[in-house]
Amino acid sequence: MMRHLISAADLTRDDAVQILDTAEEMARVADRPIKKLPTLRGRTICNLFFEDSTRTRISFEAAEKRLSADVINFAAKGSSVSKGESLKDTAQTLEAMGVDAVVIRHSASGAPYRLATSGWIDAPVINAGDGTHQHPTQALLDAFTMRRRLVGRDAGLGQDLAGKRITLVGDVLHSRVARSNVDLLHTLGAEVTLVAPPTLVPVGVETWPCDVSYDLDGVLPKSDAVMMLRVQRERMNAAFFPTEREYSRRYGLDGERMAKMPEHAIVMHPGPMVRGMEITAEVADSDRCTVVEQVANGVSIRMAVLYLLLGGNDSDSATPARTEESK
Amino acid sequence: MTMSKTLIRGAKVLGGDVQDVLIDGGTIAEVGTGLSAEGATVIEADGQILLPGLVDLHTHLREPGREDSETVLTGTRAAASGGYTAVFAMANTHPVADTAGVVEQVYRLGKESGYCDVQPIGAVTVGLEGKKLAELGAMHDSAAGVTVFSDDGKCVDDAVIMRRALEYVKAFGGVVAQHAQEPRLTEGAQMNEGVVSAELGLGGWPAVAEESIIARDVLLAEHVGSRVHICHLSTAGSVEIVRWAKSRGIDVTAEVTPHHLLLTDELVRSYNPVYKVNPPLRTEKDVLALREALADGTIDIVATDHAPHPHEDKDCEWAAAAMGMVGLETALSVVQRTMVETGLLDWAGVADRMSFAPARIGRAQGHGRPVSAGEPANLTLVDPAYRGVVDPADFASRSRNTPYEGRELPGRVTHTFLRGRATVVDGKLA
Ligand SMILES: [Zn+2]
Repeated sequence: MMRHLISAADLTRDDAVQILDTAEEMARVADRPIKKLPTLRGRTICNLFFEDSTRTRISFEAAEKRLSADVINFAAKGSSVSKGESLKDTAQTLEAMGVDAVVIRHSASGAPYRLATSGWIDAPVINAGDGTHQHPTQALLDAFTMRRRLVGRDAGLGQDLAGKRITLVGDVLHSRVARSNVDLLHTLGAEVTLVAPPTLVPVGVETWPCDVSYDLDGVLPKSDAVMMLRVQRERMNAAFFPTEREYSRRYGLDGERMAKMPEHAIVMHPGPMVRGMEITAEVADSDRCTVVEQVANGVSIRMAVLYLLLGGNDSDSATPARTEESK
Repeated sequence: MTMSKTLIRGAKVLGGDVQDVLIDGGTIAEVGTGLSAEGATVIEADGQILLPGLVDLHTHLREPGREDSETVLTGTRAAASGGYTAVFAMANTHPVADTAGVVEQVYRLGKESGYCDVQPIGAVTVGLEGKKLAELGAMHDSAAGVTVFSDDGKCVDDAVIMRRALEYVKAFGGVVAQHAQEPRLTEGAQMNEGVVSAELGLGGWPAVAEESIIARDVLLAEHVGSRVHICHLSTAGSVEIVRWAKSRGIDVTAEVTPHHLLLTDELVRSYNPVYKVNPPLRTEKDVLALREALADGTIDIVATDHAPHPHEDKDCEWAAAAMGMVGLETALSVVQRTMVETGLLDWAGVADRMSFAPARIGRAQGHGRPVSAGEPANLTLVDPAYRGVVDPADFASRSRNTPYEGRELPGRVTHTFLRGRATVVDGKLA
């Protein structure tokens, strides 16, 4: 395994499959009455959030606590962060405190990479979302969800997503989820199609390992999973699309459109959903929609990542594969 | 100044024949072979290249206002180290150089420094705000004698203001130097828009934002019969527009920076803000087009856009970092690497692009003159065989934000003479 997790593009197929398999083991822990492993006892992990995201922070925190780590939450939103120096200052403070790993969320693309490579800090760095760049644990939990639903919970072990057709719909331009998913899904052998109005597809997309379409109805029948990306209403003020209504009509997912998908196909969303704009309540609440599962799977994936990055070199760490239930 | 004699023996003048050059006081007394060394300090050039003192049309000296990053003194010391005898100081200081008072202050500080001549550039508009013309005539009539006007750092994006400025400065032979950047197309821009920005998730600075302004401005210059200068041209498309404009007889000149001749946006993958600059590093295709254009004269000059920043403004995440790179002390080496060693330009060509032409565009008195008897002794001696690794700790500049740290670059300025007085001797500031 690598030392840091900065970008989904850095993962090999075998790395990724190992994380997904480990996450299945971790998921079993969640089914036990005592949802805790001693693996990271005595280790300190800091959740360094320069950007608000209660959902992601709670998910990491749950994962850390289930692995018995000591958790420090550092929210640095607002005043002090406007000056970039504080990333360095904060990093050096954490280093001095002997933190064993840093989970970082930042509004600036590349901040986790900077943190991992600048020499400011020695500890492993896990990217919990940076600007419009990457969100690798989101891509991993999405892949985990797809593998469970499309390949099978047990049948999926050791497997990738070869041949699965995955469609991502929405604001690709501003989406770190899209970038991470394209990279990881390609690595796992899936065929990815991006669907968006041309204004929300980045210039330079032609080198990405995926197809681009502007026609959602044409792509839906050929999709095993459809992931709806969040679209901020304010984008229409910058002329990315004319109105919310027109966006919904061309790129939103409603019941009628969902019916064009194959029987087995699932609907995904990284959350939080804007019901009505990109996805109707009917679709969001249907049993084809995996949003709630994705949240649960997020904890398992983050446990797996922390375990593999931090637990592997610790001799007395408990391996989940050797616990009673999983034998 | 002591009126001493110096004999530079055995230099290849402009890269041509080996000759001796005798400096007497502030003037070149004689150029020839076997000149007498009597009463003169002798410098054995040993086949090094002798150039006219370099002239930089685009330097940020930061004084007044940001003396923590550079002062006129440290900036001119850096300039002398890099072989420059004259620099044009950009107007985006604090306060902005938009009045006769500020340009005279910068001019006076340059005189006091003694390392190289400082020719202030005046702002086109008050406070660089693009709304109201600054007192261009007053700045021209001041002791600083301003002829180049620029809102550099900001684009004069209002077409009417740009037209008026182009027209107005004709009265005294001035020129407007445009920082071509359409502001709406570059809101939130962090790097060149293309394949790399798409991957890195950094806001794109599209080539069209530069090219559309250049296209507009050459047409405006044609319409009102003025000359216009384009700062730090950075894209292949801009080259084509300037080439077209020149073929129509439009009075346009253009500059390219050393970093745009060498570096590409691939370097941004490191997220290291030392590569953050405006206009941004572009692609390999652009770099090659810029070199071609500098070779064939479409681009007239090399200008450094020397932009010092304190360490903390670069020691942070990309989005929070300042834009700009220092360049005075590495410019000639980068030009040797990208233009001379590639066979695109000979040393006479370098003399033209880095001394004759910039002096002509900026109307710099006594600079960019031929190396011949009777001319002011503004000279630069270069050892082209030298190979060294760039160490920012060696810089005379107060700032260290160079993109070349750790890179091997060819060539070294061994001597610089400002009106006969050595400002650099054996590679060290005198
Ligand atoms: Zn500029």
